[in-house]
Amino acid sequence: MNKDSNRNVWAFVLLSSPVFLMIVSVPSTAQCDPMPKLGVQNSARTVPNADGFIQRWLILEPIRAVGDTQNAVQTTVKAEHFPNELTMIPKHGQKVTTADGSELTWHAVDTNEYNVNLYYFAQAVGTNCNNALFWAVVGVDCPEDMANVRLAIGSNSASVWWVNGQEVIGIYGNRCTVIDDGVSKRLTLKKGRNIIRGAIINASGAADFCARFLDAKDKPLKTFNVSVGDVGK
Amino acid sequence: MKTVDCAHAPVHDRCVTLLSVFAVLIWLARPVFALDGQVQIHDPSTIAQCDGKFYTYGTGGTCLVSEDGWTWQRGVTPSRRGMAPDMIQLGDRYYQYISSNPGGQPHSQIILIHSKSLDPNSPDYEWVDGGLINSTDGEEFCNGIDPGLFLDPTDGKLWMTFGSYFGTIRVVELNPKTGQRVDDTFTDIAVNCEASTMVYHEGWYYLLATHGSCCRGTDSGYHIRVGRSKKVTGPFVDHEGTAMMQGGGKLVIGSGGRVVGAGHFGLIHEGDGVQKFSLHWEADMDRGGASVLDIRALLWRDGWPVAGENFRQGTYEIESVRTGTAIELAVEGVPVGGRRVRGGFGAARGARGSTQGRDGARSATPARGGARAGGRGIFGGTGGVIPDQDVAEVSVNWPEGSVDVRMGNYMCQAQQKWTVTPVADAGGTLGSPYFKVTIAGTDRPLAVTEGAELVTLPTFTGGIEQLWRLDQLTDGTWRIMPKIASVIKEPLALSAVGSSFATLAPFDPASDKQRWRFKRP
Repeated sequence: MNKDSNRNVWAFVLLSSPVFLMIVSVPSTAQCDPMPKLGVQNSARTVPNADGFIQRWLILEPIRAVGDTQNAVQTTVKAEHFPNELTMIPKHGQKVTTADGSELTWHAVDTNEYNVNLYYFAQAVGTNCNNALFWAVVGVDCPEDMANVRLAIGSNSASVWWVNGQEVIGIYGNRCTVIDDGVSKRLTLKKGRNIIRGAIINASGAADFCARFLDAKDKPLKTFNVSVGDVGK
Repeated sequence: MKTVDCAHAPVHDRCVTLLSVFAVLIWLARPVFALDGQVQIHDPSTIAQCDGKFYTYGTGGTCLVSEDGWTWQRGVTPSRRGMAPDMIQLGDRYYQYISSNPGGQPHSQIILIHSKSLDPNSPDYEWVDGGLINSTDGEEFCNGIDPGLFLDPTDGKLWMTFGSYFGTIRVVELNPKTGQRVDDTFTDIAVNCEASTMVYHEGWYYLLATHGSCCRGTDSGYHIRVGRSKKVTGPFVDHEGTAMMQGGGKLVIGSGGRVVGAGHFGLIHEGDGVQKFSLHWEADMDRGGASVLDIRALLWRDGWPVAGENFRQGTYEIESVRTGTAIELAVEGVPVGGRRVRGGFGAARGARGSTQGRDGARSATPARGGARAGGRGIFGGTGGVIPDQDVAEVSVNWPEGSVDVRMGNYMCQAQQKWTVTPVADAGGTLGSPYFKVTIAGTDRPLAVTEGAELVTLPTFTGGIEQLWRLDQLTDGTWRIMPKIASVIKEPLALSAVGSSFATLAPFDPASDKQRWRFKRP
């Protein structure tokens, strides 16, 4: 091997080593995992993640809904598509029958991300998320009363949220998910079980949502447990 | 010199030019608010606060006092009167340094008086003579008047600058426990100016001094300039490298609007990142050309102090620095010009009728009014001018009672425009009246709920929950506080806790959540 060849080899090694180092040093957390895990009961998801996001939900297979303006969304979420739509406390596998006779199933869903990807959820249950209304419910168990906290959500697209039956957030229009986009007024999470309910309406394309609670200083609240096993307990 | 020949410009261009000029004139003519009450004074001292009231003293023994910093009235002349005093609080005493010309300028002296209180009704109110602090003999190269006090925050040393045009501006050290001179030494730090004082900011000492001619009414060229140094004794140099010992100085504030001749800078620390300064105008044209007190925000840009603006009444978008979204009424918005269905791209390209949304999803829905219908498509516009949204037209569908407030992307819609108007006889704060903030074209005011959240009410009634304080922060953005915060003694400020939601929360100067921009719609 002549000197030029040696130089070429070393040049290749030197030039390629940063690329190699970059490849091997990419942390696994940098890889997005958008796929929601249906029916998974991973104990790690029973508490909010490090940033306070709730990673476990009960989600109903989508209902057809059109319109993402404020009035259209409010009309949609107040129309009873199935009995006790705004009050029912679902279980994994439970079915509901909509007004048009469709039978839809509630699914326990875990996510490894800060958000829940409804596009892939819809795909996983054999449908799509165009002109769709998704209902999401979760139980939040608090060790004590927590005053002056706020529910903070982001959604693609419009969404309306309730805490213990009280409507607390509505964001409307064609929008992408932004962390802490819609934020509730100050509220109190009671000791024991609290029910969080969201309705996400999507016109077309990607759809997802994220949710967490903020404390009185706008920091993520993490001192609660999340339950989908027996939400109404 | 290049000139614009409007007469030979195309008609449309001329109209646009004239409209632009007219718009600027309207903008400039909008009210800018000066202080209220009795504000006539010349050469005011730095404003001091005593038992909740604000005090300043001027030439001739003038005293102005205010309970809120907005409405001022005449106070009691102290035991000694003279020229251009300055005042500083040290421990439990207020030290006032008063200059005079016993032998005619530049034969001058500065006398100290001090008192435990500035309130004549207080048992602690007694001006005690502190004696001669400095004199110039009329021969030396300094006219020793116009004292300015500066307590160095880095080491607690007290300094006094003085001087007026004849000769140099000097700095001498004082004893912070007694207010007396430490020794007879001095350092020359500037020329060709007067009414000097210092401030400290992020490792630099700034020497602020007044240049130009005073005491000529509307013919006064008075204006405030600044140089900076790493040492309290200089050398002070301006932004172009010219030493203040050679007449240098970067402009901080000069004449403008309806006032002429800015002089006698006095720093006011309000805390939490809010700085203001007092000054006098040689002539306020709205007050017959009288010399008056004013208070302005002090901003910092690229390491230099800049005078802020007094808030101008008008209609604005209120945009969060943190989120970029704007405060709006929580009602269904109507797109300006009416709602249009997303359709073809335009007459030429839209023939295929395909649409692509934000998420990359395609729609096969035919475009109503779009290219396939023979129209211009969504990108072709209407072919005409879309007028501003008429609030009377779109508000017919708004609820009549209280309506929540939220934030959203600004899209020039009626529920996103706010008119900010000073409220007469509602008091104010240092340099600013209280304002009402209403949806433009309506009487629907922004207000505070009992739970420290935001709401709009059907009509403005003048209640304390409907009054707002606007403070310009040192970066030029604004802090918006409800008047009620001053009553409950909690520094609540409008806070962008979410991209689509604002609340009230204690002001945090380290956060962008409570920084807002008022942008003309």
